[in-house]
Order: sequence, then C-alpha cells, then structure tokens
Amino acid sequence: MAELNTDSGKKGGKGHSKKLSTRVDLTPMVDLGFLLITFFMLTITLSKPQTMEISMPDNKDPGKDQPKVKASKAMTIILGENDKVYYYFGTREKGIDPKIEVTDFSPEGIRKAILLRNDSAFKAIKVIKKDKDAGIINDSVYKKRVSLVKSAKNGPVVLLKATDKSTYKNLVDILDEMNICNVGKFAIVDITPLDLEFIKPMVK
Amino acid sequence: MPKVKIARKSTHIDMTAMCDVAFLLLTFFILTAKFSETDPTPVTIPGSISEIKIPDVNILTIVLGKDGRVFLGIDNAEKRVELLKKMGERYKVTFTGEELKKFSAMNSFGVPIQKMKPYLALDMGARNKTENALGIPCDSTDNQLADWLFYARDIKGKELKIAVKGDKDTPYPMVKKVISTLQDKNENKFNLITGLEANPLDDKKKK
Repeated sequence: MAELNTDSGKKGGKGHSKKLSTRVDLTPMVDLGFLLITFFMLTITLSKPQTMEISMPDNKDPGKDQPKVKASKAMTIILGENDKVYYYFGTREKGIDPKIEVTDFSPEGIRKAILLRNDSAFKAIKVIKKDKDAGIINDSVYKKRVSLVKSAKNGPVVLLKATDKSTYKNLVDILDEMNICNVGKFAIVDITPLDLEFIKPMVK
Repeated sequence: MPKVKIARKSTHIDMTAMCDVAFLLLTFFILTAKFSETDPTPVTIPGSISEIKIPDVNILTIVLGKDGRVFLGIDNAEKRVELLKKMGERYKVTFTGEELKKFSAMNSFGVPIQKMKPYLALDMGARNKTENALGIPCDSTDNQLADWLFYARDIKGKELKIAVKGDKDTPYPMVKKVISTLQDKNENKFNLITGLEANPLDDKKKK
C-alpha cells in the first residue's frame, strides 16, 4: 500500500527518468504512534469511582427521624482506635450493663455478629436475589421487595458510633458492612458518655 | 556437493498496517480521554461494594485530606464564578475580572475567602503547596464551608449533588465536622466517594 507503482505507463517513453522509490519507512511513525497511545492509556481514568449514598437524620429536629429504639432490637457498634470495633446489644437496663464485645473488620469479626442478628432479612434477600438472577422478577419488583424486607418491623436497628480515634475508612467500612449484610435500619449517631464508659475497660 | 542456495528474503516489513492500527487506537484514546482531575491534596479513597456511579455534571465535591484540610470542587466554570462573586459579597471581598477568570479555571480550591486574592495571584504549581492551600475553614466559629454550600445550592438548585471524597486515614473528628456542617445546611443526603470492591458474600455464593 505504501508503495506506488511508479513505472506504469512509462515504458517505451523517451528516456527513463530516474525512478525514486516512494516507499517511506514508517517505523518511526509507528514508534511515535505507540508512544502517544501509551501516554493516553496511562493518563485517562477508565473507571469512574463509585459512591455510597447515605442519608443522615435531620439534626434540627432529632425527634422526627429518630424514634425511640427498642432496646431488644438495638445493636450498637462503636468504632474504636486501630480498626477495632466494639459492639453490644440493647442498653444499660436496671443497672445491668450489656456485654461489650470487641472485634475487627475481618469477615469473621463484625460481619458475623451483624449477620447473626440480621439473619432472617439476609436470607430473605438472598432468595429474592436468586429470583432476580434467574429472571423471574424484574429490577423494580426486586427493589420493592428488598426494601420491604429491610423495613420489616422485627429487624435490628444498628446505631453506629464513631470515637474520635477512628478514621474515615472505618466509617466507610462499617457503612459498607451494613450494605453487605442488608441491614435496613441504621444510623450514624454521636457517641455518648455512656458508650465511652462501656468501652473504657477494653481500651488498652 | 552442490551448494544449497537459500533465497534471500527481504527483512523489510510493510509497516503501513501497523501504523494504521497504532493511529486508530490513538484516535480512540484521544477521543475517550477524560483526564483525571488532580486532587489538591493526595487522597486515597476507601473501598466499598456500592456500585452507584457518580454523575459527571452538577456535582459538588468536598475533598477531605488526611490532615483535615477541606477543599471544594464544582464542575461548571460559569457557576463557579457566580459562586465566588456571591461569597465575595458575603465576606466583603471584591474580585477583579482577572481574578474571576483565574478562579473559573480552577477545578478545586481550598483557602479561606480572606486569603483568596493572594491565592489566585499564585501560579498553578504554588497553589497546591500546603502553606498556600490552607483548606476551607469549617469550625463552629468560622464556618465558610457552610456558606459555600449554601450559595452553591442557591445557584445550582435542586439538581446539585454533594459528594464527599475523603482520604481513608482522615481522623473521624474531621469527617464529623464536615458531616455536621452538611447537616446544618439541611443537606442530609449526600454521597461518599469510594473505590469498587467485590462483595465478599457474593463470591461465596458462586463457589
């Protein structure tokens, strides 16, 4: 393609003009091409980052969005220092403190504890998801049914409290854990002096 | 013994086809390229399983550095100028046309409004230095972030989405400051920008 047939129609003509090859060496051009490709490939962002949507309660009128949580359904997760997580169920009742457990972000850690509490909802959503993957139900039905399961009355209510020593990653991780375990009701709330008192003996 | 004659073949390869491919790919990459906007401070985002993509337009990004400095980024250059004018009015700082023009070229910024003028006079490289980019104050005594948010919402209307892009090692008190500022401004729904991670429980199911 790069060579042009230069001697067509020239035969028999008067005197041969000197034939110059029109063949150009394209190697440097290919080099340049690939160099630029490499540059663009390295600079562009192929994947857009994801986002996690969260809604916070209205802090002007805290009573509106935060109904009293029944102690039997409440689970409190406290984000501690060095990626440690403390959790307990219920609250202090009649002077008896709940048992505080300490764990971490590993799959056997906090996830197990949440799943133990949220087992029925998690299993129900698994079944719905199977239906969706099999093509029995469409996307909107799926979403509707999932939200129905998540808002079930007997589901746990998880209160997330972060101490000053925890990091942003801990917060995102625990919110992520809520999504993984399909916890419907959770809220980020300020840590109370009572919580600090609970975890105090466990902080070394 | 008869000599075996090996026909000499030219080692010259026709590069045209390769050249075509190279430039085709190049064209593709140039056209699809969307340059990653450099953050004013290095930010490593945490991962999550969430799969919602962030929109390209109408987005206000609050960048939260490891050291707690807060930066703001708004996507539309015209609206950015409008925003700065309003902030200027609020804090009694008037900006010249040239300064507004410079501001419109900035994807993100992070200085107290009082320091905005000298900041704009700096060249591109100097702006990102820690001693110049002080971060937007969002303390209870001087909460300029709240004002920026208020005017951004005012200018952009309901469609504006707010995204928080924080470094994974940012201590929680700084995150809390930003979140409570958002809450104060009635921005109770916002996005946290995260990288993609596989759902660990999904994988188990497949096995």
